[in-house]
Amino acid sequence: MSFKIVVLAKQVPDTHNVGADAMNADGTVNRAALPTVFNPEDLKALEMALRVKDSIQDATVTVVTMGPPRAAEIIKDARSRGADDGFVLSDMRFAGADTLATSYALSQAIKQLGNVDIIFGGRQAIDGDTAQVGPQVAEKLEIPQITYAEELIAVDTKSITIRRRLERGTECVKATMPVLVTVTSAANDCRFPNAHRLLRQAKDEIRMINADNIDADMDRLGLKGSPTKVKKIENVVLAHKESVVLQPTEEALNELSATLIKEHIL
Amino acid sequence: MNNVLVYCELSEKNTIADISLELCTKGRQLATKLGCRLQAAVLGSNVKAAAESLYPYGVDDVFLADDKRLSPYRTLPHFDVLSKLIQDQQPDIVLFGASSVGRDLAPRIASFLRCGLTADCTSLEIGSHQDVKNNKTYDNILLQMRPAFGGNIIATIVCPETRPQMATVREGVMKKEIFDANYKGTIIPVAVSPSLDKADKAVEILSREIEEQKIDIKGAQIIVAGGYGMGSKENFQLLHQFAHLIGGSVGATRAAVDAGFAEGERQIGQTGVTVRPKLYIACGISGAVQHRAGMEQSAKIISINTDPEAPINAIADYTIVGDVMTVIPQFMACYKNNLK
Repeated sequence: MSFKIVVLAKQVPDTHNVGADAMNADGTVNRAALPTVFNPEDLKALEMALRVKDSIQDATVTVVTMGPPRAAEIIKDARSRGADDGFVLSDMRFAGADTLATSYALSQAIKQLGNVDIIFGGRQAIDGDTAQVGPQVAEKLEIPQITYAEELIAVDTKSITIRRRLERGTECVKATMPVLVTVTSAANDCRFPNAHRLLRQAKDEIRMINADNIDADMDRLGLKGSPTKVKKIENVVLAHKESVVLQPTEEALNELSATLIKEHIL
Repeated sequence: MNNVLVYCELSEKNTIADISLELCTKGRQLATKLGCRLQAAVLGSNVKAAAESLYPYGVDDVFLADDKRLSPYRTLPHFDVLSKLIQDQQPDIVLFGASSVGRDLAPRIASFLRCGLTADCTSLEIGSHQDVKNNKTYDNILLQMRPAFGGNIIATIVCPETRPQMATVREGVMKKEIFDANYKGTIIPVAVSPSLDKADKAVEILSREIEEQKIDIKGAQIIVAGGYGMGSKENFQLLHQFAHLIGGSVGATRAAVDAGFAEGERQIGQTGVTVRPKLYIACGISGAVQHRAGMEQSAKIISINTDPEAPINAIADYTIVGDVMTVIPQFMACYKNNLK
């Protein structure tokens, strides 16, 4: 029986390179104006998955993402780096999902793949930084989780040993399959796309999966299945940049510290 | 029922971690506002003394699960005990630290309970929310504010329909404060179920290495950086105190590093590291182009300098014209006063 590895990945707006047109006048995010990237920690997760594949015979790596059809770009990217297969969960019924609804959809999709041995994912995505989807998928699949993984120490078909980051140190943990692992930015960089692999799949259609394909309870998907609601959005950084010169008076410093606290900077 | 619960983390010395004391301080305010009890959950081994140390923070009830399988922290044993406790107690609000423990445990709990969870909140308040679509008003709910989108926006999140409302908060964001040194709460022992054995075997800790904190300014959200204008290694200590107060890290220019004021790992600029914190406070830094290259993408820049014409001021949002050794202590005092 083959050894199945799944990588959870996300195509994200490149929040490190936001331009002046990144925000709409109403304070919402203008996604169309933002370049997209393969979420950096998901690339690290892909590399760890490929290393497991390298050391286990007949192992396959399947990349799963949720997003608009253009998210197929990261599946192609992942395949050119060594992943075997991948698909996009794409359906308007998934739209507006918070982490709970997202993890439900992903876990239902993973269940359709049969018995999976290891699931890797980035610790968090740069557009939300929540680090919730990994542990939530693990809970929904009722499998153990190892978060904050930095290094793959050892792996065989039965168990995996990982070094994970703590606040003030690291720990080495060993888990038996199946298990879900979330990978931090400290892990190894992903190998480069291979030109031959890139060309070979250039014309391949990436599979699109919709809500009807994953045996889902429709009430648990998208906005409807999301307990968290956005009440208000305030634009901070992209607001008009002021340049203020202050004299070090008690009053001026007091006002500055109050402003920074109010703006959530301090 | 309908209380505020804080999940408490333990330090390596088996005391309550600072982040959890900060959450208890915030939790006390929320509980007082709501007129409910502040409760804490302490899961560990030999932690009765730690549990009792929570009373001065205004904790009314401490749920104490004392079992050697709960120490050190592992996901599944803590998940097993805490998820049952929450189902049993049905708190209105549950708070976790946004630490490697809290960010590991809270999402799994939220998934199990199918409730909302807001990560890395910078502010928590009680307020009301109007749902225009349903034409429904929700009073006394938790307003959870957090930066999103790489810090470019601040979002206020609510969970109107599901309970508990759960949030994580980073260390140093909330203030830690004794509520009443003589406050008396009670300990409520929590039975640890035999089913823990299954959870206990899932993930095994082979070894742990607790290290002295490494200098790593790259990921810091707030950086207090000093230049040659700081004058001495002794004066640099003030920057450490300042950074500690506001939850930041200390950086330095090449000139300051070359002069021996700071370690090489702290060097920011072309030959050091490039940083993009949300706040960069340049202290006694003139702003050579090589230094600016490593920090000009910071979201907000404050320059403190005696020279009003220092090049760094051109890219600063705020320039404070004055001597760092007097301005910083003044600013620290103002900051303490303004902290909620």
